[in-house]
Amino acid sequence: MDLQNQARIKEITEEAGGENIVVLLGAAEPDSASIAAETVTMGDPTYAGSLAGVPLGLKVYHIVEPEIKEEIDPAVYEEQVAMMEMVLDIESLAAEVSKMRQEGSTF
Amino acid sequence: MAILAGKKVIIVGDRDGIPGPAIAECAISAGAEVAFATTECFV
Repeated sequence: MDLQNQARIKEITEEAGGENIVVLLGAAEPDSASIAAETVTMGDPTYAGSLAGVPLGLKVYHIVEPEIKEEIDPAVYEEQVAMMEMVLDIESLAAEVSKMRQEGSTF
Repeated sequence: MAILAGKKVIIVGDRDGIPGPAIAECAISAGAEVAFATTECFV
């Protein structure tokens, strides 16, 4: 994950408290979704950014996961996500992110 | 219990997947507040 984004996420979490935050991902590839999810739960696996060794334990979801999709206004989802949803591997994305959430989310 | 309603969301979109602003619209429609939204290029 982008180093500046890691720094910003750390800052926001310190300000707002991890229990009040949900991270939403839009990654196209399951691998990049997994790395992003790991970064905001257990820490940056590449040890390059400010979240290296910093387990924020945030709650993280991919935008296409069913439990998130059902909370979004269907008209908005249709307009913003539905087109890409057709070309993404939804099952793999959901599996990777939920695995990281179960392993590393503390909220 | 709702996951998004009343929460602050941090959005990490993907230029080749779902971009940040699209996720932000979705999150707002679910009653969340956008604390930070970005769009990364994972390539």
